[in-house]
Amino acid sequence: MSESPPIVSLRGVGKTFDSGTVALRGLDLAIRDGEFVSLLGPSGCGKSTALRILAGLSAPSEGTIKWSDAAAASRIGFVFQEPTLMPWADVAANVRLPLTLAHAGGADAAVTQALGRVGLADFAHSYSRELSGGMRMRASIARALVTEPQVLLMDEPFAALDEITRFKLNNDLLVLWQELRRTVVFVTHSVFESVYLSQRIMVMTPRPGRLFAEVPIDAPYPRDERFRTSADYAAYCRRVSETLERAMGAL
Amino acid sequence: MSERLKNVAAPLCMLGIVLLAWEVIVRAAAIPPYVVPAPSLVFTILINDAGLLFDSLLVTLGITFQAFALAAIGGIALGIAFNLWRGVERSLYPFAVVLQVTPIVAIAPLLLIYLPQPLAVLACAWIVAFFPVLANTTLGLNSVDHNLLALFQLHKASRWQVLWYLKLPAALPQMLAGLRIAGGLSLIGAVVAEIAAGSAGAGSGLAYRIAESGYRLNIPRMFAALLLLSAAGVAIYFLLAGLSHLALRRWHESALQREI
Repeated sequence: MSESPPIVSLRGVGKTFDSGTVALRGLDLAIRDGEFVSLLGPSGCGKSTALRILAGLSAPSEGTIKWSDAAAASRIGFVFQEPTLMPWADVAANVRLPLTLAHAGGADAAVTQALGRVGLADFAHSYSRELSGGMRMRASIARALVTEPQVLLMDEPFAALDEITRFKLNNDLLVLWQELRRTVVFVTHSVFESVYLSQRIMVMTPRPGRLFAEVPIDAPYPRDERFRTSADYAAYCRRVSETLERAMGAL
Repeated sequence: MSERLKNVAAPLCMLGIVLLAWEVIVRAAAIPPYVVPAPSLVFTILINDAGLLFDSLLVTLGITFQAFALAAIGGIALGIAFNLWRGVERSLYPFAVVLQVTPIVAIAPLLLIYLPQPLAVLACAWIVAFFPVLANTTLGLNSVDHNLLALFQLHKASRWQVLWYLKLPAALPQMLAGLRIAGGLSLIGAVVAEIAAGSAGAGSGLAYRIAESGYRLNIPRMFAALLLLSAAGVAIYFLLAGLSHLALRRWHESALQREI
Protein backbone atom coordinates (compact mmCIF):
# COMPACT_ATOMS: atom_id res chain seq x y z
CA MET A 1 0.00 0.00 0.00
CA SER A 2 2.58 2.53 1.06
CA GLU A 3 4.60 1.82 -2.08
CA SER A 4 1.93 2.81 -4.59
CA PRO A 5 2.85 5.95 -6.54
CA PRO A 6 1.31 9.25 -5.50
CA ILE A 7 -1.88 10.31 -7.25
CA VAL A 8 -1.04 13.92 -6.50
CA SER A 9 1.95 15.64 -4.95
CA LEU A 10 2.89 19.14 -3.89
CA ARG A 11 6.54 20.24 -4.16
CA GLY A 12 7.85 23.30 -2.36
CA VAL A 13 4.43 24.92 -2.40
CA GLY A 14 4.13 28.39 -0.93
CA LYS A 15 1.14 30.68 -0.76
CA THR A 16 1.22 34.37 0.00
CA PHE A 17 -2.12 36.18 0.06
CA ASP A 18 -2.68 39.66 -1.33
CA SER A 19 -2.80 40.91 2.25
CA GLY A 20 0.84 39.81 2.66
CA THR A 21 -0.01 36.86 4.91
CA VAL A 22 2.25 33.91 4.20
CA ALA A 23 0.00 30.86 4.65
CA LEU A 24 2.31 28.15 3.30
CA ARG A 25 6.03 27.93 2.69
CA GLY A 26 7.94 24.99 1.26
CA LEU A 27 5.11 22.46 1.65
CA ASP A 28 5.85 18.97 0.31
CA LEU A 29 3.02 16.45 0.25
CA ALA A 30 2.41 13.18 -1.56
CA ILE A 31 -1.05 11.63 -1.57
CA ARG A 32 -1.26 8.00 -2.63
CA ASP A 33 -4.10 6.52 -4.59
CA GLY A 34 -6.88 5.13 -2.43
CA GLU A 35 -5.49 6.15 0.93
CA PHE A 36 -7.18 7.97 3.77
CA VAL A 37 -4.84 10.71 4.88
CA SER A 38 -5.33 13.57 7.33
CA LEU A 39 -3.76 17.00 7.38
CA LEU A 40 -3.48 17.93 11.03
CA GLY A 41 -2.38 21.27 12.39
CA PRO A 42 -3.37 24.23 14.55
CA SER A 43 -5.93 26.76 13.35
CA GLY A 44 -4.50 29.06 10.70
CA CYS A 45 -1.60 26.78 9.77
CA GLY A 46 -2.65 26.84 6.12
CA LYS A 47 -4.08 23.32 5.93
CA SER A 48 -7.32 24.58 4.37
CA THR A 49 -5.24 26.61 1.92
CA ALA A 50 -3.30 23.46 1.00
CA LEU A 51 -6.60 21.66 0.37
CA ARG A 52 -7.88 24.49 -1.83
CA ILE A 53 -4.65 24.34 -3.82
CA LEU A 54 -5.15 20.58 -4.28
CA ALA A 55 -8.69 21.29 -5.48
CA GLY A 56 -7.47 23.87 -7.96
CA LEU A 57 -9.53 26.57 -6.25
CA SER A 58 -6.42 28.54 -5.41
CA ALA A 59 -3.13 28.80 -7.28
CA PRO A 60 0.15 28.34 -5.38
CA SER A 61 2.41 31.43 -5.27
CA GLU A 62 5.42 29.15 -5.67
CA GLY A 63 6.14 25.45 -6.08
CA THR A 64 4.34 22.88 -8.19
CA ILE A 65 1.36 20.57 -7.99
CA LYS A 66 1.56 17.36 -9.95
CA TRP A 67 -1.21 14.86 -10.70
CA SER A 68 -0.36 11.35 -11.83
CA ASP A 69 -2.90 11.69 -14.62
CA ALA A 70 -4.75 14.75 -15.77
CA ALA A 71 -8.15 13.06 -15.57
CA ALA A 72 -7.85 12.65 -11.80
CA ALA A 73 -7.33 16.37 -11.33
CA SER A 74 -10.80 17.07 -12.65
CA ARG A 75 -12.45 14.27 -10.69
CA ILE A 76 -12.50 15.90 -7.30
CA GLY A 77 -15.20 16.05 -4.65
CA PHE A 78 -14.96 18.83 -2.10
CA VAL A 79 -16.70 19.02 1.26
CA PHE A 80 -16.58 22.38 3.02
CA GLN A 81 -16.54 23.07 6.73
CA GLU A 82 -20.13 24.28 6.45
CA PRO A 83 -22.69 22.15 4.59
CA THR A 84 -22.87 24.94 1.94
CA LEU A 85 -26.23 23.85 0.58
CA MET A 86 -28.39 26.08 -1.59
CA PRO A 87 -31.31 26.92 0.73
CA TRP A 88 -33.73 27.51 -2.17
CA ALA A 89 -33.28 24.00 -3.58
CA ASP A 90 -34.26 20.68 -2.04
CA VAL A 91 -31.70 18.04 -1.08
CA ALA A 92 -31.97 16.18 -4.39
CA ALA A 93 -31.40 19.35 -6.42
CA ASN A 94 -28.42 20.23 -4.23
CA VAL A 95 -26.88 16.80 -4.70
CA ARG A 96 -27.59 16.93 -8.42
CA LEU A 97 -25.84 20.30 -8.84
CA PRO A 98 -22.42 19.05 -10.04
CA LEU A 99 -24.16 16.93 -12.70
CA THR A 100 -26.43 19.80 -13.70
CA LEU A 101 -23.40 22.04 -14.19
CA ALA A 102 -21.70 19.35 -16.30
CA HIS A 103 -24.88 18.73 -18.36
CA ALA A 104 -24.49 15.07 -17.41
CA GLY A 105 -27.14 12.53 -18.30
CA GLY A 106 -28.55 9.85 -16.01
CA ALA A 107 -28.48 12.23 -13.09
CA ASP A 108 -31.51 10.81 -11.30
CA ALA A 109 -29.96 7.40 -10.72
CA ALA A 110 -26.68 8.94 -9.56
CA VAL A 111 -28.50 11.25 -7.14
CA THR A 112 -30.57 8.39 -5.72
CA GLN A 113 -27.43 6.30 -5.25
CA ALA A 114 -25.48 9.12 -3.59
CA LEU A 115 -28.36 9.88 -1.22
CA GLY A 116 -28.64 6.20 -0.38
CA ARG A 117 -24.95 6.01 0.47
CA VAL A 118 -25.21 8.75 3.08
CA GLY A 119 -28.54 7.50 4.44
CA LEU A 120 -30.66 10.37 3.15
CA ALA A 121 -32.78 8.36 0.70
CA ASP A 122 -35.98 9.51 2.42
CA PHE A 123 -35.04 13.17 2.48
CA ALA A 124 -34.59 13.91 -1.24
CA HIS A 125 -37.34 16.50 -1.21
CA SER A 126 -36.54 18.15 2.12
CA TYR A 127 -35.05 21.59 2.29
CA SER A 128 -31.81 22.36 4.07
CA ARG A 129 -33.58 24.26 6.87
CA GLU A 130 -35.66 21.19 7.69
CA LEU A 131 -32.58 19.05 8.35
CA SER A 132 -30.34 18.69 11.39
CA GLY A 133 -26.70 19.76 11.23
CA GLY A 134 -25.55 16.17 10.74
CA MET A 135 -28.05 15.53 7.95
CA ARG A 136 -27.00 18.71 6.17
CA MET A 137 -23.42 17.51 6.25
CA ARG A 138 -24.54 14.12 4.87
CA ALA A 139 -26.25 15.93 1.99
CA SER A 140 -23.04 17.85 1.40
CA ILE A 141 -21.06 14.59 1.28
CA ALA A 142 -23.62 13.07 -1.10
CA ARG A 143 -23.12 16.05 -3.40
CA ALA A 144 -19.36 15.48 -3.34
CA LEU A 145 -19.85 11.76 -4.12
CA VAL A 146 -22.39 12.13 -6.92
CA THR A 147 -19.74 12.63 -9.61
CA GLU A 148 -17.89 9.46 -8.50
CA PRO A 149 -14.77 11.49 -7.73
CA GLN A 150 -11.37 9.88 -7.57
CA VAL A 151 -10.27 12.14 -4.75
CA LEU A 152 -12.46 13.41 -1.92
CA LEU A 153 -11.15 16.56 -0.24
CA MET A 154 -12.74 17.35 3.12
CA ASP A 155 -12.11 20.61 4.96
CA GLU A 156 -12.90 20.08 8.66
CA PRO A 157 -16.33 18.79 7.67
CA PHE A 158 -17.44 17.71 11.14
CA ALA A 159 -15.89 20.52 13.20
CA ALA A 160 -19.21 22.27 13.82
CA LEU A 161 -21.11 19.13 14.86
CA ASP A 162 -21.77 17.80 18.32
CA GLU A 163 -19.64 14.86 19.46
CA ILE A 164 -22.30 12.17 19.16
CA THR A 165 -23.15 13.19 15.60
CA ARG A 166 -19.46 13.51 14.76
CA PHE A 167 -18.69 9.95 15.95
CA LYS A 168 -21.58 8.62 13.91
CA LEU A 169 -20.44 10.46 10.79
CA ASN A 170 -16.84 9.32 11.37
CA ASN A 171 -18.02 5.70 11.34
CA ASP A 172 -20.22 6.18 8.30
CA LEU A 173 -17.42 7.92 6.44
CA LEU A 174 -15.07 4.99 7.12
CA VAL A 175 -17.66 2.51 5.87
CA LEU A 176 -18.08 4.59 2.72
CA TRP A 177 -14.35 4.82 2.21
CA GLN A 178 -13.92 1.07 2.51
CA GLU A 179 -16.76 0.49 0.11
CA LEU A 180 -15.67 3.01 -2.52
CA ARG A 181 -11.90 2.96 -2.04
CA ARG A 182 -11.45 6.54 -3.14
CA THR A 183 -8.61 8.71 -1.97
CA VAL A 184 -9.65 10.91 0.98
CA VAL A 185 -7.70 13.95 2.13
CA PHE A 186 -9.19 15.05 5.42
CA VAL A 187 -8.28 18.36 7.06
CA THR A 188 -8.84 18.53 10.79
CA HIS A 189 -7.51 20.13 13.95
CA SER A 190 -8.60 17.20 16.08
CA VAL A 191 -5.92 14.67 17.03
CA PHE A 192 -8.57 12.13 18.03
CA GLU A 193 -10.52 12.42 14.81
CA SER A 194 -7.42 12.14 12.63
CA VAL A 195 -6.15 9.03 14.47
CA TYR A 196 -9.55 7.38 14.33
CA LEU A 197 -9.98 7.89 10.60
CA SER A 198 -6.62 7.91 8.87
CA GLN A 199 -3.99 5.55 7.60
CA ARG A 200 -1.50 8.36 7.74
CA ILE A 201 -1.42 11.75 9.44
CA MET A 202 0.58 14.63 8.09
CA VAL A 203 1.32 17.05 10.91
CA MET A 204 1.82 20.65 9.87
CA THR A 205 3.65 23.51 11.59
CA PRO A 206 1.97 26.81 12.52
CA ARG A 207 1.87 29.51 9.85
CA PRO A 208 3.63 29.61 7.45
CA GLY A 209 2.61 25.97 7.21
CA ARG A 210 4.86 23.20 6.02
CA LEU A 211 5.00 19.47 6.66
CA PHE A 212 6.53 18.76 10.07
CA ALA A 213 6.18 14.99 10.33
CA GLU A 214 4.20 12.03 9.09
CA VAL A 215 2.67 9.58 11.51
CA PRO A 216 1.38 6.28 10.07
CA ILE A 217 -1.61 4.77 11.89
CA ASP A 218 -1.26 1.07 11.25
CA ALA A 219 -4.38 -0.08 13.08
CA PRO A 220 -6.50 -2.36 10.88
CA TYR A 221 -9.84 -1.48 9.33
CA PRO A 222 -12.75 -1.78 9.77
CA ARG A 223 -12.40 0.46 12.79
CA ASP A 224 -15.37 0.98 15.04
CA GLU A 225 -16.20 2.18 18.54
CA ARG A 226 -14.06 -0.63 20.03
CA PHE A 227 -11.03 0.98 18.41
CA ARG A 228 -11.93 4.30 20.03
CA THR A 229 -11.55 2.77 23.50
CA SER A 230 -8.55 0.56 22.75
CA ALA A 231 -5.04 0.95 24.15
CA ASP A 232 -3.65 1.20 20.61
CA TYR A 233 -5.86 4.19 19.90
CA ALA A 234 -4.73 5.91 23.10
CA ALA A 235 -1.07 5.26 22.27
CA TYR A 236 -1.47 6.65 18.74
CA CYS A 237 -3.26 9.70 20.08
CA ARG A 238 -0.44 10.32 22.55
CA ARG A 239 2.16 10.01 19.81
CA VAL A 240 0.34 12.33 17.45
CA SER A 241 -0.25 14.84 20.28
CA GLU A 242 3.45 14.85 21.10
CA THR A 243 4.34 15.32 17.44
CA LEU A 244 1.87 18.20 17.20
CA GLU A 245 3.35 19.69 20.36
CA ARG A 246 6.81 19.63 18.81
CA ALA A 247 5.43 21.01 15.53
CA MET A 248 4.02 23.97 17.45
CA GLY A 249 7.49 24.80 18.70
CA ALA A 250 9.18 24.36 15.32
CA LEU A 251 9.35 27.42 13.12
CA MET B 1 -59.49 35.20 20.04
CA SER B 2 -56.66 34.19 17.76
CA GLU B 3 -53.64 36.45 17.22
CA ARG B 4 -54.48 36.81 13.58
CA LEU B 5 -57.99 38.00 14.25
CA LYS B 6 -56.70 40.47 16.84
CA ASN B 7 -54.23 41.87 14.29
CA VAL B 8 -57.10 42.61 11.94
CA ALA B 9 -59.67 43.65 14.52
CA ALA B 10 -57.53 46.14 16.44
CA PRO B 11 -56.83 48.59 13.59
CA LEU B 12 -60.42 48.22 12.33
CA CYS B 13 -61.80 49.18 15.76
CA MET B 14 -59.39 52.10 15.87
CA LEU B 15 -60.55 53.24 12.43
CA GLY B 16 -64.21 53.00 13.47
CA ILE B 17 -63.59 55.06 16.60
CA VAL B 18 -61.74 57.81 14.72
CA LEU B 19 -64.35 58.00 11.93
CA LEU B 20 -67.16 58.13 14.46
CA ALA B 21 -65.44 60.89 16.46
CA TRP B 22 -64.75 62.79 13.25
CA GLU B 23 -68.40 62.55 12.18
CA VAL B 24 -69.70 63.58 15.61
CA ILE B 25 -67.34 66.55 15.93
CA VAL B 26 -68.06 67.85 12.40
CA ARG B 27 -71.81 67.62 13.00
CA ALA B 28 -71.80 68.96 16.55
CA ALA B 29 -69.60 71.95 15.70
CA ALA B 30 -71.37 72.43 12.36
CA ILE B 31 -68.04 72.67 10.52
CA PRO B 32 -68.70 73.54 6.85
CA PRO B 33 -67.73 70.82 4.32
CA TYR B 34 -65.22 73.10 2.52
CA VAL B 35 -63.22 73.20 5.77
CA VAL B 36 -63.55 69.59 6.93
CA PRO B 37 -66.13 67.27 5.39
CA ALA B 38 -67.73 64.57 7.51
CA PRO B 39 -66.74 60.98 6.60
CA SER B 40 -70.32 60.25 5.55
CA LEU B 41 -70.17 63.11 3.05
CA VAL B 42 -66.85 61.86 1.67
CA PHE B 43 -68.41 58.41 1.12
CA THR B 44 -71.44 59.97 -0.54
CA ILE B 45 -69.20 61.91 -2.93
CA LEU B 46 -67.17 58.78 -3.57
CA ILE B 47 -70.35 57.01 -4.71
CA ASN B 48 -71.78 59.97 -6.63
CA ASP B 49 -68.53 60.73 -8.46
CA ALA B 50 -67.60 57.09 -8.82
CA GLY B 51 -67.46 57.16 -12.62
CA LEU B 52 -65.15 60.14 -12.77
CA LEU B 53 -62.94 59.04 -9.89
CA PHE B 54 -62.54 55.46 -11.08
CA ASP B 55 -61.61 56.61 -14.57
CA SER B 56 -58.92 58.78 -12.98
CA LEU B 57 -57.85 55.90 -10.74
CA LEU B 58 -57.37 53.71 -13.80
CA VAL B 59 -55.21 56.37 -15.45
CA THR B 60 -52.98 56.67 -12.37
CA LEU B 61 -52.81 52.90 -11.89
CA GLY B 62 -51.94 52.46 -15.56
CA ILE B 63 -48.97 54.79 -15.21
CA THR B 64 -48.01 53.18 -11.92
CA PHE B 65 -47.94 49.68 -13.38
CA GLN B 66 -46.06 50.75 -16.49
CA ALA B 67 -43.49 52.55 -14.36
CA PHE B 68 -43.24 49.58 -12.03
CA ALA B 69 -42.77 47.11 -14.89
CA LEU B 70 -40.10 49.27 -16.50
CA ALA B 71 -38.37 49.79 -13.15
CA ALA B 72 -38.45 46.06 -12.44
CA ILE B 73 -37.09 45.05 -15.83
CA GLY B 74 -34.58 47.89 -16.02
CA GLY B 75 -33.41 47.58 -12.42
CA ILE B 76 -32.92 43.83 -12.55
CA ALA B 77 -31.29 43.91 -16.00
CA LEU B 78 -28.90 46.68 -15.02
CA GLY B 79 -28.18 44.95 -11.69
CA ILE B 80 -27.21 41.81 -13.60
CA ALA B 81 -25.07 43.86 -16.01
CA PHE B 82 -23.35 45.51 -13.03
CA ASN B 83 -22.60 42.11 -11.59
CA LEU B 84 -21.28 40.59 -14.81
CA TRP B 85 -19.23 43.57 -15.98
CA ARG B 86 -17.52 45.61 -13.31
CA GLY B 87 -16.81 48.38 -15.85
CA VAL B 88 -20.52 48.98 -16.36
CA GLU B 89 -21.05 49.33 -12.62
CA ARG B 90 -18.12 51.70 -12.25
CA SER B 91 -19.28 54.00 -15.01
CA LEU B 92 -23.04 53.97 -14.39
CA TYR B 93 -23.68 53.52 -10.68
CA PRO B 94 -22.80 57.11 -9.68
CA PHE B 95 -25.38 58.43 -12.14
CA ALA B 96 -28.03 56.09 -10.80
CA VAL B 97 -27.33 57.51 -7.34
CA VAL B 98 -27.50 61.11 -8.58
CA LEU B 99 -30.83 60.36 -10.25
CA GLN B 100 -32.10 58.89 -7.01
CA VAL B 101 -30.99 61.65 -4.61
CA THR B 102 -32.20 64.55 -6.76
CA PRO B 103 -35.77 65.27 -5.50
CA ILE B 104 -38.27 64.11 -8.11
CA VAL B 105 -40.45 67.19 -7.48
CA ALA B 106 -37.57 69.27 -8.82
CA ILE B 107 -37.01 67.09 -11.89
CA ALA B 108 -40.68 66.83 -12.88
CA PRO B 109 -41.15 70.38 -14.29
CA LEU B 110 -38.07 69.93 -16.44
CA LEU B 111 -39.28 66.60 -17.81
CA LEU B 112 -42.65 68.19 -18.58
CA ILE B 113 -40.91 70.70 -20.80
CA TYR B 114 -39.00 68.11 -22.82
CA LEU B 115 -41.42 65.21 -22.99
CA PRO B 116 -45.07 64.92 -23.92
CA GLN B 117 -47.07 64.92 -20.72
CA PRO B 118 -48.00 61.22 -20.38
CA LEU B 119 -44.42 60.26 -21.09
CA ALA B 120 -43.07 62.80 -18.60
CA VAL B 121 -45.34 61.43 -15.87
CA LEU B 122 -44.23 57.90 -16.67
CA ALA B 123 -40.57 58.96 -16.64
CA CYS B 124 -40.95 60.56 -13.21
CA ALA B 125 -42.60 57.48 -11.75
CA TRP B 126 -39.92 55.29 -13.31
CA ILE B 127 -37.01 57.37 -11.94
CA VAL B 128 -38.36 57.05 -8.39
CA ALA B 129 -39.10 53.33 -8.62
CA PHE B 130 -36.02 52.24 -10.51
CA PHE B 131 -33.29 52.77 -7.93
CA PRO B 132 -34.48 50.48 -5.11
CA VAL B 133 -34.76 47.61 -7.59
CA LEU B 134 -31.26 48.27 -8.91
CA ALA B 135 -29.70 48.74 -5.47
CA ASN B 136 -31.33 45.63 -3.99
CA THR B 137 -30.56 43.47 -7.01
CA THR B 138 -26.92 44.57 -6.93
CA LEU B 139 -26.68 43.87 -3.22
CA GLY B 140 -28.32 40.46 -3.59
CA LEU B 141 -26.14 39.36 -6.49
CA ASN B 142 -23.01 40.43 -4.63
CA SER B 143 -23.80 38.67 -1.36
CA VAL B 144 -23.56 35.08 -2.54
CA ASP B 145 -22.06 32.49 -0.16
CA HIS B 146 -18.36 32.38 -1.15
CA ASN B 147 -18.16 28.62 -0.50
CA LEU B 148 -21.00 27.99 -2.93
CA LEU B 149 -19.18 30.17 -5.41
CA ALA B 150 -16.05 28.05 -4.88
CA LEU B 151 -18.12 24.90 -5.46
CA PHE B 152 -19.38 26.28 -8.78
CA GLN B 153 -15.80 27.17 -9.68
CA LEU B 154 -14.67 23.65 -8.78
CA HIS B 155 -17.22 22.20 -11.18
CA LYS B 156 -16.15 24.64 -13.89
CA ALA B 157 -19.48 26.42 -14.12
CA SER B 158 -19.76 29.10 -16.80
CA ARG B 159 -20.58 32.64 -15.68
CA TRP B 160 -24.12 32.13 -17.03
CA GLN B 161 -24.51 28.98 -14.96
CA VAL B 162 -23.27 30.86 -11.90
CA LEU B 163 -25.78 33.60 -12.65
CA TRP B 164 -28.71 31.30 -13.32
CA TYR B 165 -28.20 28.56 -10.74
CA LEU B 166 -26.55 30.55 -7.96
CA LYS B 167 -26.66 34.33 -8.06
CA LEU B 168 -30.23 34.91 -9.19
CA PRO B 169 -31.86 32.51 -6.73
CA ALA B 170 -29.61 33.79 -3.94
CA ALA B 171 -30.55 37.37 -4.77
CA LEU B 172 -34.27 36.67 -5.04
CA PRO B 173 -35.18 37.81 -1.50
CA GLN B 174 -33.40 41.14 -1.94
CA MET B 175 -34.82 41.58 -5.43
CA LEU B 176 -38.33 41.03 -4.12
CA ALA B 177 -37.72 43.49 -1.29
CA GLY B 178 -36.63 46.03 -3.90
CA LEU B 179 -39.76 45.38 -5.95
CA ARG B 180 -41.92 45.85 -2.87
CA ILE B 181 -40.42 49.27 -2.28
CA ALA B 182 -40.64 50.10 -5.98
CA GLY B 183 -44.37 49.28 -6.07
CA GLY B 184 -45.18 51.98 -3.52
CA LEU B 185 -42.72 54.41 -5.06
CA SER B 186 -44.15 54.05 -8.58
CA LEU B 187 -47.49 55.29 -7.23
CA ILE B 188 -45.80 58.15 -5.38
CA GLY B 189 -43.79 59.09 -8.48
CA ALA B 190 -46.91 59.04 -10.66
CA VAL B 191 -48.79 61.23 -8.18
CA VAL B 192 -45.94 63.73 -7.84
CA ALA B 193 -45.63 64.03 -11.60
CA GLU B 194 -49.38 64.44 -12.07
CA ILE B 195 -49.47 67.19 -9.45
CA ALA B 196 -46.53 68.92 -11.12
CA ALA B 197 -48.25 68.53 -14.48
CA GLY B 198 -51.60 69.59 -13.03
CA SER B 199 -51.09 73.28 -13.63
CA ALA B 200 -50.08 72.50 -17.19
CA GLY B 201 -53.61 71.14 -17.75
CA ALA B 202 -54.71 68.13 -19.77
CA GLY B 203 -54.13 65.57 -16.95
CA SER B 204 -56.85 63.21 -15.84
CA GLY B 205 -55.23 61.00 -13.18
CA LEU B 206 -56.33 60.89 -9.54
CA ALA B 207 -53.65 63.31 -8.38
CA TYR B 208 -54.84 65.73 -11.01
CA ARG B 209 -58.37 65.31 -9.61
CA ILE B 210 -57.07 66.21 -6.16
CA ALA B 211 -55.36 69.35 -7.45
CA GLU B 212 -58.42 70.30 -9.51
CA SER B 213 -60.82 69.71 -6.61
CA GLY B 214 -58.56 71.83 -4.43
CA TYR B 215 -58.78 74.77 -6.81
CA ARG B 216 -62.55 74.41 -6.82
CA LEU B 217 -62.72 74.09 -3.03
CA ASN B 218 -64.42 70.72 -3.53
CA ILE B 219 -62.83 69.39 -0.37
CA PRO B 220 -65.01 66.25 -0.04
CA ARG B 221 -63.92 65.10 -3.48
CA MET B 222 -60.29 65.74 -2.51
CA PHE B 223 -60.77 63.40 0.42
CA ALA B 224 -62.53 60.83 -1.77
CA ALA B 225 -59.69 60.87 -4.31
CA LEU B 226 -57.13 60.64 -1.52
CA LEU B 227 -58.99 57.65 -0.10
CA LEU B 228 -58.80 55.89 -3.46
CA LEU B 229 -55.08 56.63 -3.76
CA SER B 230 -54.41 55.18 -0.30
CA ALA B 231 -56.47 52.11 -1.15
CA ALA B 232 -54.46 51.67 -4.36
CA GLY B 233 -51.19 51.97 -2.41
CA VAL B 234 -52.33 49.41 0.16
CA ALA B 235 -53.49 47.03 -2.58
CA ILE B 236 -50.13 47.29 -4.39
CA TYR B 237 -48.28 46.66 -1.14
CA PHE B 238 -50.28 43.54 -0.28
CA LEU B 239 -50.10 42.23 -3.83
CA LEU B 240 -46.31 42.43 -3.88
CA ALA B 241 -45.94 41.17 -0.31
CA GLY B 242 -48.11 38.18 -1.24
CA LEU B 243 -46.07 37.53 -4.35
CA SER B 244 -42.85 37.71 -2.35
CA HIS B 245 -44.23 35.32 0.24
CA LEU B 246 -45.29 32.84 -2.44
CA ALA B 247 -41.84 32.90 -4.03
CA LEU B 248 -39.93 32.48 -0.77
CA ARG B 249 -42.21 30.40 1.44
CA ARG B 250 -40.34 27.15 0.97
CA TRP B 251 -36.94 28.33 2.10
CA HIS B 252 -36.34 31.92 3.15
CA GLU B 253 -36.26 32.95 6.83
CA SER B 254 -38.46 35.99 6.14
CA ALA B 255 -41.31 33.80 4.92
CA LEU B 256 -41.09 31.05 7.54
CA GLN B 257 -43.24 30.82 10.60
CA ARG B 258 -41.35 29.62 13.60
CA GLU B 259 -42.21 28.75 17.13
CA ILE B 260 -39.60 30.45 19.23
